[in-house]
Amino acid sequence: MAHGGGGSLSKKLIDELISPVFSNPLLDQRNDGASFITPGDSLAFSTDSHVVSPIFFPGGDIGHLAICGTVNDIAMCGAQPSYLSVGFILEEGFPTNDLWKVLQSMKRTADDAKVQIVTGDTKVVEKGKGDGIYINTSGVGVIKCDPPPAPTRVQAGDVVILSGDIGRHGIAIMAAREGLELETTLKSDCALLNEAVMSLIDAGIELHCLRDLTRGGLASGVIEIMDTASLSMEIDESTVPISKSVRSVCEILGLDPFYTANEGRFIAIVPATKQDKALAALRSHPLGNDARIIGKVSSGDPGLVTVKTSIGTHRILTMLSGEQLPRIC
Amino acid sequence: MPIAPTETTRRQRKRLTIQGTVQGVGFRPHIYRLATELQLSGWVSNCSEGVHIEVEGPQKKIQSFTRRLLNERPAHSQINSVQSTPQPLSSSSPFEIRSSSHSGEKSALILPDIATCPECLAEILDPQNRRYLYPFTNCTHCGPRFSIINELPYDRPNTTMREFELCEDCRREYENPLDRRFHAQPTACPNCGPMLSFVSSSLSHTEQNQEPLTLAVKTLQAGKILALKGLGGFQLLVDARDAQAVARLRKRKHRSEKPFATLFPSLNSARAHCEISDEEAKLLTSSQAPIVLLRKVQDTLEGVAPGNPELGVMLPYTPLHHLIMTSLDFPVVATSGNLSEEPICITNEEALHRLKDIADAFLLHDRPIARPVDDSVARVIHGLPQVLRRARGYAPLPIELRRPCNPLLAVGGHLKNTVAIAKHNQVFLSQHIGNLETEESYRVFKNATQDLPRLYELSPAAFICDKHPDYHSTQFAEQSGIPVESVQHHLAHVYSCMAENKLEPDVCGLSWDGTGYGTDGTIWGGECFAISKEAARRIATLRPFPLLGGDLAAKAPRRAALGLLFSAGKNHEWKHLNYAPSELRILHQAIEKQLNTALTSSLGRLFDAISALLGFQQVSTYEGQAAMKLEWLARNSETSDSYQFRLNDPENDKLPAIIDWAPAIHEVLADINNRESKEAIARKFHNALANLAAHLANRLGTKQVVLTGGCFQNRLLSELTVRKLEESGFTPYWHQKVPPNDGGIALGQIAATQYSKLTT
Ligand SMILES: [Fe+3]
Ligand SMILES: [Mg+2]
Ligand SMILES: [Zn+2]
Ligand SMILES: [Zn+2]
Repeated sequence: MAHGGGGSLSKKLIDELISPVFSNPLLDQRNDGASFITPGDSLAFSTDSHVVSPIFFPGGDIGHLAICGTVNDIAMCGAQPSYLSVGFILEEGFPTNDLWKVLQSMKRTADDAKVQIVTGDTKVVEKGKGDGIYINTSGVGVIKCDPPPAPTRVQAGDVVILSGDIGRHGIAIMAAREGLELETTLKSDCALLNEAVMSLIDAGIELHCLRDLTRGGLASGVIEIMDTASLSMEIDESTVPISKSVRSVCEILGLDPFYTANEGRFIAIVPATKQDKALAALRSHPLGNDARIIGKVSSGDPGLVTVKTSIGTHRILTMLSGEQLPRIC
Repeated sequence: MPIAPTETTRRQRKRLTIQGTVQGVGFRPHIYRLATELQLSGWVSNCSEGVHIEVEGPQKKIQSFTRRLLNERPAHSQINSVQSTPQPLSSSSPFEIRSSSHSGEKSALILPDIATCPECLAEILDPQNRRYLYPFTNCTHCGPRFSIINELPYDRPNTTMREFELCEDCRREYENPLDRRFHAQPTACPNCGPMLSFVSSSLSHTEQNQEPLTLAVKTLQAGKILALKGLGGFQLLVDARDAQAVARLRKRKHRSEKPFATLFPSLNSARAHCEISDEEAKLLTSSQAPIVLLRKVQDTLEGVAPGNPELGVMLPYTPLHHLIMTSLDFPVVATSGNLSEEPICITNEEALHRLKDIADAFLLHDRPIARPVDDSVARVIHGLPQVLRRARGYAPLPIELRRPCNPLLAVGGHLKNTVAIAKHNQVFLSQHIGNLETEESYRVFKNATQDLPRLYELSPAAFICDKHPDYHSTQFAEQSGIPVESVQHHLAHVYSCMAENKLEPDVCGLSWDGTGYGTDGTIWGGECFAISKEAARRIATLRPFPLLGGDLAAKAPRRAALGLLFSAGKNHEWKHLNYAPSELRILHQAIEKQLNTALTSSLGRLFDAISALLGFQQVSTYEGQAAMKLEWLARNSETSDSYQFRLNDPENDKLPAIIDWAPAIHEVLADINNRESKEAIARKFHNALANLAAHLANRLGTKQVVLTGGCFQNRLLSELTVRKLEESGFTPYWHQKVPPNDGGIALGQIAATQYSKLTT
C-alpha cells in the first residue's frame, strides 16, 4: 500500500475499499460531515482511539475492538448508540488484505450494534511512523434512562454487579503478542455491551453508575468511580469470576487479574433493593449470564477500595503508577 | 552589727526545668523526698515540657539538691536537659507537689509500657496484700504507659484510666509523696480498677460462677486457644507442648510455618529449651521484656518454630501474664491476636468479632487500650541487644539526632511500616505498624500519622516518603496536601543506621536488602553507597537480574533462581529447580519476552536464588523463609572457603561499579554438581559476602562502615561481616535501637534531611 498524502491514491482507497463496506444513505451523501435528526433530546457522545498488537487476536481484531470500544462507552452513559465516525491512520505498506478483513469486522460489529458509520477519515503515514493501523471511533447515542447513570449518583448501600469473568482480554492479547504457549487458547472477551445495558434499562432498574472495564482492569474502574463518588467499596474476592486459564496465567506470570484489561465486561452499581431484579435482567442476556454481585458501597474513607480475601483480611486496591512493581522488601 | 551571710549559707531561689523521660516514673516523689530531706522550700510540678521545680534555701543545699536530683534519679527516668534560672526569694513554706501545668511546649517524653516490677509482683503473690492476685497492679516503676496515653501531660485524666475513679485506699497512696504509687497514673486495686471477664461459647453451668482467671487457665490446660487482652492488644495463647493444639492455631490463623513466640513461666523454665547467655537473660528480664530470639537446645515444642534453630522467647511482663503463667507452669505460644499480617485487635468488640474463628475463649478486661502496641522482638548480636521489631517497651522513646531538625513526619515503607516525627533533635518513632497491604493496618498507619504529631503538638512542615510510587505510604503522603520529599529506600536504610549511631560522614554504607525502588526505575537491593559531606553516591551495585513475576518472586524463590541462571546463560542448570516441563516452558518464555520481569539488584533475592538451588523449592510461607533456610544451613559448616564476586570497574568512571555474582554462581553450580555439602555451599556464600563487604570498604577507604537492610537480620552474615571488617581495620556499625529491616526506614527518611542527597 502506498496511499499517502491525501491525494488520489487515498481517495481511491476510500472510494474502492472503505466506503462500499460501510455504505448507507448518510455516508453515501459524501458530505464533509453527516447531518441527521435524532429522536429525543439527551445525547451521549464519546470517542476512543484504538491501538492494539497484534491486530488480529483470538476473540477479535482491532476493527471489532474499535466499534465495541465506542459503542460500550456510549452504552455506559445509559444510551443506545446510533451513529459512529471512523478515523483510520494507516501505515504505508499495511496489507490491503488485512485492511479488508478489519473493515469487514467493523461492518459486522456495527450491524450487530445497530449503529451506522456516518462519517470518517483516512490518513496514510510513512512506513515506520505507525504500527500498521490505528483506528479512532467517535459516536453519539440517545440516552434511554432518566436520570442517566453517573459516578456522582452512587450511594452508600448500593451493590456492585459485575457482568462476567475478568481479565480475558488482557491475557489473550498478551499471549497472542508474545506467542505464549498456553495449555488452552484464551479468547478475548471483546464484546458489545449495549444490549446487556438495555436489558437493565428495559427492566426499569435505577442505574446509579455503569462502567465498562477496559485498561487497568476491574481495580482501576472501581477506584475511579469511588474517587469521584467519595465513597468506599468492599469487593468480596470469592465472588469475582475469573476463568481457570486467566487465573493460571496470572499465577505463573505474577500478574493481578484485578488489574488486567477487559473489553466486554462492565459493572453496574444499583440500589441494594434492586439487586435481584437487576441480576435477573442481566442474566437474561448472553453476555451477562455469569453476572454476580461482587461488592458493596459504603460511606467509609473516600476512594478506598478493598478486597476481602479468602482468609478474611481486607487488601487495599490502589491505582498503580504503571506496571505492577515489586513492593516486598 | 548584723552578720552577713557567707556564700554557702546565703539563701537562693532557683527554677529548674528538666526535660527527658521524667513523667510517670516517680520523678516528682524523688524531688519531693530530696527537697524535704534537705529542708528546702518550693514546689515541683509536671508540665508539657517535663518537670518544673522551684527550690529555695541555702546555696550549698541547693547545690547538693541539684547534684543528687541527677545522681539518684529513678530507674526508668532519663534526663536530656536541665535549665536553671535564678528567681527572687519568695517563701519558706514547706516543699509541695503542685498539680500539672498544661501550658508550654509538649516535649515531655512519653514512656513505653514497663514490665511489672519486683515489688508489684511480690504484692500480687502475697495473700495478705490487698492486691493479691489483682492483674492490673502497677506503680510508678512499672505498668502501662504508651498503650494508655491519650494526651500529654501524663496525668490520669489524659489516659484510658480516666474512667476508673480511685478508691480511698488507692487515693491515699496516690497522694502520698512517699508512696511508690504517688501519682502512679494507672494505679488501681480490686476495689476500683479494671476487671477481667471471660467469654466462651461453651461455658458449663458450674463454670459460670468461676473466676475469669481460673477459666482462662483451664482453657489453656485443656489445649484450647485463648484470646487474651493484654497490655497493647490481644494475644492468642495455646499450650506450646501440645502439638495438635499448636497445629490448630496455625490452621485457624492461616499461618503454616512462620515461627510463634513462646511465653515461658520463668527464666529457668526457658533454659530447659534454649541456650541463654548473660546478655540474653538481661534482655529477657529487662523492663522492656521483648521476645528474644534464642538458640534452641532441644526441639520438643513441636510446630512452634518448625525447622528453625531459634525460638522466640518471652517472660511474663504484666501481672496478668504472671498470674496465668504461675498457675500453668508450662510454656505457651503467645502470638499476636490478629489475622495473618494485620494489626493486633485492641478492643473487646473487635476481638470478639475478628478472632471469633480462631479463639475458643476470650479473657477480656475493661481497661481501654489507646493504640495497638505489639510485643517487640529483639536478640543479642555481637554481644549487644538489637531490636528487630520495635514496639512494646521501646516505642515511642526518641532517637536523638546530632543536630536539630525541622518539624517533619516520615511515613516509612510498605511492609514492617513505622512512622516517625522529628522535633528539634529528637525523632519519635512509632510502634511497629506492619504490612500496609491491608485496610486494618492502613488505618493504624493513618492514626499513627496523626497520633504522634498530636501528642507532641507538632505540625509537620513536610512529609517524607519512599520513592516507590505504589507504596500506600507514598500515596498517602502525596495526597496529604503537605509538601512531600522522597528518599530512596536503600539510602534511607543507610541514614537510619548512621542516625542511630550518631555518625557523620565519611561513611561507607552497605545497604543489603530485599527490594526497593531505585532512582533509575529498576528495583534495587544490593547497594553500596559512599556518603560524604557533599554527596551520597551509589558506588557499587549487584549485577541486575530479572525478577520473574515481580513480588511473586519474593514468595517463590525458585523464580529468583530462574532469573539468575537465565541472566548467567546457565539455562541447562534449571534442572536443579525441579520445575514441571510445561511450567518451565512458559516461565522461560516469560523471561525471554520480559513479561513482568523487572530487573533487580536485590541481594535478598540472590539469597533466595541460592537457597532454591540448594533445594528450598517450596513457596515461602513467610517473609525471608528461603534466606533463613540458607543461613541455618551455613551455620552448620565451619569452612572458611569462599566464593568470588567480581567487581567490574565502571567505564569512564561512571558509577556504579557492578558487583558481578556470575563467578560465585559458577562455583556454586560446580559445587552442587560435585555433590559438595549444602552446608558448605551455604557457608561459602556467606563468607563470600563478608569478603565482599571488606573489599568494597577497602576500595572506598572509608573507616566507618554501616551495615543495614533486611539482609542484616541474618545473624551469621552480620557477625561474619562485622568480624571481617574489624580484621581489615574498619569500624563497622550496625543497628541496635531500630531494626535493620524496613522498621527503620522512617528514621532514615528523617535523617536524610540532615545528610547529603543522592547524586547518582
Ligand atoms: Fe528495605
Ligand atoms: Mg473508552
Ligand atoms: Zn510496680
Ligand atoms: Zn483502689
